[in-house]
Amino acid sequence: MSTIEKAATEVEGSVPGASVSIEPESELMTINMGPHHPATHGVLRLVVELEGEVVRDLKPVIGYVHTGIEKSCEAHSYWKVIPFVERMDYLSYFFNMEAFCGAIERMIELEIPARAKYLRVIHMELNRLHSHLVWLGTSALDVGAISMLWYAFRERDTILDLFEMSTGQRMHTRYFQVGGVIEDIPLGFERKLREFTAEMPTRVDQYEALLDRNEIFLQRTKGVGAVSRERLLELGVTGPLLRATGEPWDLRKVFDYLAYPDLEFGIPVGTVGDCYDRFRVRMAEMRESVKIIEQAIDGLPEGPHIADDRKYVLPPRSELSTSMEALIHHFKLVTEGYRVPPGEIYRAIESPRGELGCYLLADGS
Amino acid sequence: MPDAPGLELIRGEINDVCADAILETSFEHDQATLIADPEKILEVLSWLRDTAGQEYTFLSSLHVADYLPAEPRFGVHYELLNRDRVERIRVRAALAGPQPASRPGIPGRIPARPGSPVADAPSEEMPGSGSAEMPGGDSELPQLPSCVGLFPTADFFEREAYDFFGIAFRGHPDLRRILMPEDYVGWPQRRDFPVGGEPVTFTHNEQLDSGA
Repeated sequence: MSTIEKAATEVEGSVPGASVSIEPESELMTINMGPHHPATHGVLRLVVELEGEVVRDLKPVIGYVHTGIEKSCEAHSYWKVIPFVERMDYLSYFFNMEAFCGAIERMIELEIPARAKYLRVIHMELNRLHSHLVWLGTSALDVGAISMLWYAFRERDTILDLFEMSTGQRMHTRYFQVGGVIEDIPLGFERKLREFTAEMPTRVDQYEALLDRNEIFLQRTKGVGAVSRERLLELGVTGPLLRATGEPWDLRKVFDYLAYPDLEFGIPVGTVGDCYDRFRVRMAEMRESVKIIEQAIDGLPEGPHIADDRKYVLPPRSELSTSMEALIHHFKLVTEGYRVPPGEIYRAIESPRGELGCYLLADGS
Repeated sequence: MPDAPGLELIRGEINDVCADAILETSFEHDQATLIADPEKILEVLSWLRDTAGQEYTFLSSLHVADYLPAEPRFGVHYELLNRDRVERIRVRAALAGPQPASRPGIPGRIPARPGSPVADAPSEEMPGSGSAEMPGGDSELPQLPSCVGLFPTADFFEREAYDFFGIAFRGHPDLRRILMPEDYVGWPQRRDFPVGGEPVTFTHNEQLDSGA
């Protein structure tokens, strides 16, 4: 929901200050775009008022992919909701899981082990790279740089390979559990991850070499769609869009969660907040994400990958054939799920597109 | 976050300015909540936004929870944030549910879909030109003032709250359904709205219908 909205405000930003001069007497033309349109990369309908080539007004019509996930979640036990929240966004599923699992963990006051925190950070930052790569590929495609799509998706595929290796799935991995992560990383994952992080900065250089000196790309992004910092804050926009206006606001820095306080990284900011600044900010964020992953894998603590609390966490598979108690816990958790004490919570994390909040209301069942 | 005594101070100060605006406070999981009278919600929000020393200028989220069977039934939540002090505070407008006497067809599932949706689509009004009519009638819906004037970001949030919980925001510039189809009947996120039973229109069952 909020991502669609943010995407919408981003497009809305392209109203003022376009660099094309138009005759004052030219007419306004209202055009319907979508819901199926190759440039929307999803199902989104836009009612656009055009003056020549310049967008003067834009009304997004959304809801074509609404599936009533909140309603479906009401009827399921907490652990069965994780796959639902992942599927809200196919570009940031680890963030959705973290917002939800973290909210439950705070409700039941369960501390997760240090290794789980680091593993979550590694996967979330890989996911951030993945999300930014899809943005880069498709945005460049839309302004005519078709080859960027293939370069960006090549690295995205490496990331999906890493996800497949550690979680068993390329997308919608259901990897984060309440209490930690479901499995430790396998042998060989670290080596592949290090190969990737060693290579990725060079790849970002290559993307910039392709785009940053491309006259067409520069003309179509510089000075286009600038929105002021004040307006973005009024509209509730955060993430790379807000940072592109020079506001260093990043929830990873201001709210201490997971292993982020232990890791060193910068917050890239822009200056004027036009499309070009947003491009630069996201490119710099990819470099920062690589740094975070490298530090996290270097400092990955030993120890359990999931909390040892049998009321909320499945017992290890190996115990099921020897321990009656473990079997009972396993049975109860799988059939009934666990209970969360009554209460409500709002927990927000920094997703690739800004603040991603999860509001959870528990009635004790 | 303001701690529990700080929250009581805020409550006292707001109630000094606007009597009985804050009905209650709650503090759980390090989260401060002011429970407010929905009719005075704008005074509370603008006090929190504009008073020196408070300055909760950023609205992170606006969402609704249905506390059925508790009364007052709905809670409209405003998640406010002060970015300098990195403090969040939640304001909950405690809103009574629809009156039992006037509930014909509110939670009911009436598949009132004239003709085939496909045929209706081209004649659909362009957004913005449509009037903010409210299916089910204005007066039956729980109401509270819109805060779009204070926080422009609330525009879509309030439309979503209207769409799913049937909460009418007075003074909203364009209160229409946002995610559900415009001809949809009912308020699907309410707890008494049943799951399932939604007729799904595909091309093959359309032809069967039109033959009758």
